Amino acid sequence: MALCVTCLVDTFYPQVGEAVVNVLRRLGVDVTFPEDQTCCGQPAYNEGFQRDATAVARRLIDLFQDAEYVVVPSGSCAAMIKVHYPKLFHDDPDMLAKAEELAGRTYELSDFLVNVLQITEAGASFAGKATYQESCHLLRELHVSSEPRALVQGVQGTELVEMDQCDECCGFGGLFAVRYPHISAAILNEKLQAVEATGADVVVSSDMGCLMHMGGAISRRGMRVRPMHLAELLDQREGRVTW
Amino acid sequence: MVTVRSAQFPKASAKAIQDPHLQRLLGRIMRQLRDARAMAVDDISEQEWELLRQRARDIKAEAINHLDYYLDLLDRSVRRNGGYVHFVRTAAEANETVLTIAKRQGVKHVVKAKSMVTEEIGLTAFLEREGIETVETDLGEFIVQLAQEPSSHIVVPALHKSRQDVSELFQRKLQTQPTTDVDELCGITREKLRERFVEAEMGITGANFLVAETGTVVLVTNEGNGRMTTSLPRVHVVVAGLEKVVPALEDVGVFLKLLARSATGQRMTSYTTFASGPRGPSDEDGTEEFHLVIVDNGRTKLLRDEELREALYCIRCGACSNVCPVYGKVGGHAYGWVYSGPIGAVLAPVLTSQKQAKHLPYASTLCGACRDVCPVKIDLPKLLLRLRQHAAEGGPQGRRINTWMERLLVRRWSGAVRTRQAMERSLGLARLLQKPLLRSVPVPLRGSWTKDRDFPVVASESFHHLWKARLGRTES
Repeated sequence: MALCVTCLVDTFYPQVGEAVVNVLRRLGVDVTFPEDQTCCGQPAYNEGFQRDATAVARRLIDLFQDAEYVVVPSGSCAAMIKVHYPKLFHDDPDMLAKAEELAGRTYELSDFLVNVLQITEAGASFAGKATYQESCHLLRELHVSSEPRALVQGVQGTELVEMDQCDECCGFGGLFAVRYPHISAAILNEKLQAVEATGADVVVSSDMGCLMHMGGAISRRGMRVRPMHLAELLDQREGRVTW
Repeated sequence: MVTVRSAQFPKASAKAIQDPHLQRLLGRIMRQLRDARAMAVDDISEQEWELLRQRARDIKAEAINHLDYYLDLLDRSVRRNGGYVHFVRTAAEANETVLTIAKRQGVKHVVKAKSMVTEEIGLTAFLEREGIETVETDLGEFIVQLAQEPSSHIVVPALHKSRQDVSELFQRKLQTQPTTDVDELCGITREKLRERFVEAEMGITGANFLVAETGTVVLVTNEGNGRMTTSLPRVHVVVAGLEKVVPALEDVGVFLKLLARSATGQRMTSYTTFASGPRGPSDEDGTEEFHLVIVDNGRTKLLRDEELREALYCIRCGACSNVCPVYGKVGGHAYGWVYSGPIGAVLAPVLTSQKQAKHLPYASTLCGACRDVCPVKIDLPKLLLRLRQHAAEGGPQGRRINTWMERLLVRRWSGAVRTRQAMERSLGLARLLQKPLLRSVPVPLRGSWTKDRDFPVVASESFHHLWKARLGRTES
């Protein structure tokens, strides 16, 4: 299985990538990492620069052409590969076939654990309350929602508490948050009120985009709740806290 | 003409967010509409709901893909029923057409039912300027007309007004006694409007659906004003966008199930009016003259673009706005045009101008909630992306209009992710720069992102380094 770690994890959150590797290895998965990978192209794609995104997509398709499975610890980047790559090559039959073939063996992390490995208990243990924020693209483009929850509930000692409107966007939206910081922050504010109302110790998501966004305001405000990627939660062991 | 202020979106949205009164109303009403819709949809099985959505989409696709055929059929059906049909290209032509009918009939008073297309073309203001008293009879529209404000939601035009606001407005404009009792406020409106209905010589409505096969106009309302508008005045004028046509009467049933649930969370609205032309020789009552004005006003531009064409499937239920996190914070006025929310952001660049509406395709997190609730399954995020693409690279809907700054950033990004080595160089540079500027890096982010949120620090060791140094060497 080849890990597509995503540029956000690579650049800002290497510990999340490490947690992904730890969890998969503990489950007996042989993890490889194509070292030339950079980004899936989503930033350019979402801004409308399809030509730039296509060049990056072409590169990623080549890099992962030999992997049996590609696992991505991000709903958004997985959706980029699975849903949007084929659209980029709609008028290039050769590349389209390759893109569709890659889409078929690419999985977001929780999707891979639950639906390929058939695992909901990854051997983690964490005493505390967790609330789950849906990643919009994981939920609405890949329709993965029960899988991460099952994994959270499979962590020994963790109680899953649902927040109000857990399926509403946190207001990130990539460059949206930079273009319209006031709107983005207003949406985020409501999200954090919902998080806080649960009394959760950690807010878990399957995407570092959402967590970077929520985490940025959580640290600014000195809130008690900690943002945590699902992989980090699944990597928690008795007596070992990584945050 | 209608004033479009979409170019003001950045400022107008900021103002909306700082308006606590609006925020309270949006917070409460959006929630109510969302919950009501969810309950009404739960009322039928998920499987049936999905079947209905797909069927509705198929019907719309059939009608829009063969628009020439169905508009021609509609034209013949309406004329067979004794009505007149007017095909108009622009807003100005539409207004002139209605005015000509009014003048010929000696009309001095008009009552109007709620209609988005008449707001789009500015018909009410136009007729008033021409000396014809024109009164909105939908409660929400009546309120915003009194307040001389545009409506702020496709279905709930006076969403931005509280009961207290309406009470004060009525006291000021109608010299009524202070009351915030909803029944009393409705009573006042009803009393005022009855006189208008009686004296009006012309009733103007929109159309939720135009049935090609029978020439029937279908109106979906809750207050009964639609029915009075279509039956009391001597002349009934229907103004409708050309996308409203559906092939057959039986198609309407599919949409009725979807529309009321999606818009207001009702199983069915209080009134569903079917009007098929003027009274016949054997009818005891009904209008004497019936006109159907079919408006293009830029819609054929959507028709020409195969990818954007599905925007014409919209049945104006407002569900996309009700679930949109952006609309939920900025409200309808910020969009600066009659159609707001996600569908407004799609329609505006095509129906107004790409330049005027340049901000709107970006006023979305692309969360996709709108696509999931759309009763005709319009892929709104896809359409927003398409419009962004036109702005970035040029396309059928416009020229390349993004700024040099955006192009520069994307070029820098493209260069940085082209190879691993290039990315390492960029990361190295970012690490150097972020030290002195820590937490307010990089320039385009300063003061925007970092006003309310910390920005993460580029890790001293990327995941790549971790992999090379440690992780990749470990045996699994």
